[in-house]
Amino acid sequence: MENLERILSDHPFFHGVNKGFVELAAGCAKNARFEAGDFIFHEGEAADQFYLVREGRVALQVAAPGRGAATFLTLGAGEVFGVNWLVPPYRWVYDAKALERCRLIAMDAKCLRGKCEADHSLGYDIMKRLMPVLIDRLHETRLQFLDLYGSHG
Amino acid sequence: MMSETAALLHARPMVPQIAHVHRRRHDAPDAWTLELEMASGERFHYAPGQFNMLTAFGVGEAAISVSGDPADGPLIHTIRAVGPVSKALTQLGPGDPIGVRGPFGVGWPMAQAEGRDVVVVAGGLGLAPLRPALYRLLGERDRFGKVTLLFGARRPEEIVFRREVEHWRSRLDIDVEVIVDHATGDWHGNVGVVTNLISRLGVDPAKTLAMVCGPEVMMRFVSMALVDKGVGEEAIYLSMERNMKCAIGQCGHCQLGPTFICRDGPVFTYERLKPLLAIKEL
Repeated sequence: MENLERILSDHPFFHGVNKGFVELAAGCAKNARFEAGDFIFHEGEAADQFYLVREGRVALQVAAPGRGAATFLTLGAGEVFGVNWLVPPYRWVYDAKALERCRLIAMDAKCLRGKCEADHSLGYDIMKRLMPVLIDRLHETRLQFLDLYGSHG
Repeated sequence: MMSETAALLHARPMVPQIAHVHRRRHDAPDAWTLELEMASGERFHYAPGQFNMLTAFGVGEAAISVSGDPADGPLIHTIRAVGPVSKALTQLGPGDPIGVRGPFGVGWPMAQAEGRDVVVVAGGLGLAPLRPALYRLLGERDRFGKVTLLFGARRPEEIVFRREVEHWRSRLDIDVEVIVDHATGDWHGNVGVVTNLISRLGVDPAKTLAMVCGPEVMMRFVSMALVDKGVGEEAIYLSMERNMKCAIGQCGHCQLGPTFICRDGPVFTYERLKPLLAIKEL
């Protein structure tokens, strides 16, 4: 547990979180490892984990008829993914696939939701860290949607 | 001493010199690279980031950045076929004549970059005007600190100068990251917008100078991301693309507020452009 606390504290998502909160969060955390090509989760499955990337690269994908799997975002060390743990019905809406060997921290979603509910200060701190991630992803998606590099760009 | 071509340009800046297409290469679905030889036989001298007005005879003239190596080889332009003139230019083949007026404008700040870390950020065909700067950075590698190229493209098949980008990636003296907006199964690289790469970038803001070229929206957000990293607005240089017609600051077609892109640019600091980029009517 102590090791997980240190690992969590070192991850940018938890930088500056007070020690007590890290201890609480670490109670919901475990190490996870995936090899290149492994699926971390599939669209439609229960979103019961929230992931912090320690090493490796992850592709978030949606399969489109006639096009196969289309990657819309890749993530690397220091980043997080899987925010569907936060909002009902807690279901993945895309696939996550390891592009290379990945070392992740998997946070148990039910456990984390319970601790955030029980301690609103922890919940608020986690929200303050998740909101910039969500806002950045929304902004980036808008830029991708604008198709800036096309001949009209 | 001024060359014959430079002297003529100085005296009669609206008169094109004749060149011939030596070679034509397809670089992206809608972009071609032309290697030109001046009919005079003279070598064409220019600074990284400058542009020429190219004439497709009987069709018209368009402003196109030089994309070759300023220290070596033929005059090279990479052109995206978007309008009648650029389409006509891209259809020229070996031996065809072409008009060249230039070089014009203020290029990349190579002297100011010496001794500093340089972050080059390119979007789509924006890599073309940056390529001469990259040749200079890599050709005189000892003069610069850490060199990084961040390159965003729409799709993997639209990565211009692909073989060269792969070569740069294999070098140990430049960090290269490529990211695409959209990808299917056979692409294993980064997917997302180029600003993602900046957020992951380790920079020493006080030592860093950035050169940015791409669509204007992309350059705005790249500049903001660099500022968020602590890079000074005066150390971020953007190459602007506006409607250049005369290229000597007389016709006013490329005017952006108090500046003429053709004469005062196309390269400006973000510090100077920031208030102008925010005005939607401009």
